Amino acid sequence: MTRPSSDQIWQWLDTVPDPEIPVISLVDLGVIRGVEWNGDVLTVAVTPTYSGCPATTIINLDIETALRDKGIEKLELKRQLSPAWTTDWLSDKGRAKLEDYGIAPPQPAGGPDRCPNCHSGNVTKVSQFGSTPCKAHWRCQDCLEPFDYFKCI
Amino acid sequence: MSTPLKRDEAFLQFLLRMGDNTLILGHRVSEWCGHAPVLEEDIALANTALDLIGQTQFWLGLAGEVQGEGKSADDIAFLRDVWDFRNLLLVEVPNGDFGHTLMRQFLFDAWHSIQLGRLLKSSDARVAAIAEKTAKEVAYHLERSADTVVGLGDGSEESRRRMQEALDYLWPYVGEMFQSDDVDAAMVAAGIAPDPASLRDEYDALISRVLAGATLTIPDSRFGHKGGRTGKMHTEHLGHLLTQMQWLQRAYPGANW
Ligand SMILES: [Zn+2]
Repeated sequence: MTRPSSDQIWQWLDTVPDPEIPVISLVDLGVIRGVEWNGDVLTVAVTPTYSGCPATTIINLDIETALRDKGIEKLELKRQLSPAWTTDWLSDKGRAKLEDYGIAPPQPAGGPDRCPNCHSGNVTKVSQFGSTPCKAHWRCQDCLEPFDYFKCI
Repeated sequence: MSTPLKRDEAFLQFLLRMGDNTLILGHRVSEWCGHAPVLEEDIALANTALDLIGQTQFWLGLAGEVQGEGKSADDIAFLRDVWDFRNLLLVEVPNGDFGHTLMRQFLFDAWHSIQLGRLLKSSDARVAAIAEKTAKEVAYHLERSADTVVGLGDGSEESRRRMQEALDYLWPYVGEMFQSDDVDAAMVAAGIAPDPASLRDEYDALISRVLAGATLTIPDSRFGHKGGRTGKMHTEHLGHLLTQMQWLQRAYPGANW
């Protein structure tokens, strides 16, 4: 086969869903740090979100499966710790999808700016931690719905 | 006179100290899973444990690399006995009540965050990268444990009494964090890690501020238990912890996921 371009690889990876928040892709999440051909070997650099996130192994497996399905035979996944993952790398598309899904996207102020359900700014923190390492638990004081907030790190 | 430690031997010991701290504390904190006073705290403790165990993968993974005997982080975690562990005694003491667990977490988080801040400038790029990655998580741990210590210390009469008791009990385990030996001297010489003693002023300033806000009194005594980070004398608690943590590998050697 002819070697697919890096752009093509990025497009393919943008269709691989995050295993825990399937409305956003791995590219939206910002964990794919580089795509590079070395001869006939494709190297994909992946950074973990949280050190202990159990999704990390699944993410690697999903990348491998998706690219093998596209005919990539020689693939190397490289773990890249530095620069450390930050929620600044979430794409705008990803942030919008998170909110549609009911998860408040990260804000530099350290808390959600509004409820993802009714958009009220009257929100309160329930816990600094949530259902996955990347989320905290908040509640809306107006519609009274609890919701996840994607922590800003 | 003893001969100075070889750099790689000292580096391995340093990495075991970092990784065993996060491993043993991660295991201790995970013992709360399903037992915390409220659901939110249960989730918070489980997430903290998960971070610490994830960080262990980096430190012990690198330890295996430096050792050069083909051992994985799992091999190092599960196939060693008490005398091989290099964690601080503080992290192996039993959980006690919730306040005791959070006080231990705070005393450790404060040291951990300062240590990682210094390691960002390590001459070893792998150490600096792990520090960069984990410092963010640890800043979050510290924010939570400090807030909880203040909330419980400056809380009801009962919660204040328990937090003071926890501080009095744990205080003699704090000094070990700042003790130096020839491993540390070799790390300082190689520019890999700071002299532990050099962290003390920043640590005292940080915990004094938080504990004052918690209306708690730091004990006068500077007496310190030691023997964890050198492996010379662990408490009797570590052996019991390992029987749980290593149970699967002991009962089914070589079992794979
Ligand atoms: Zn609402």
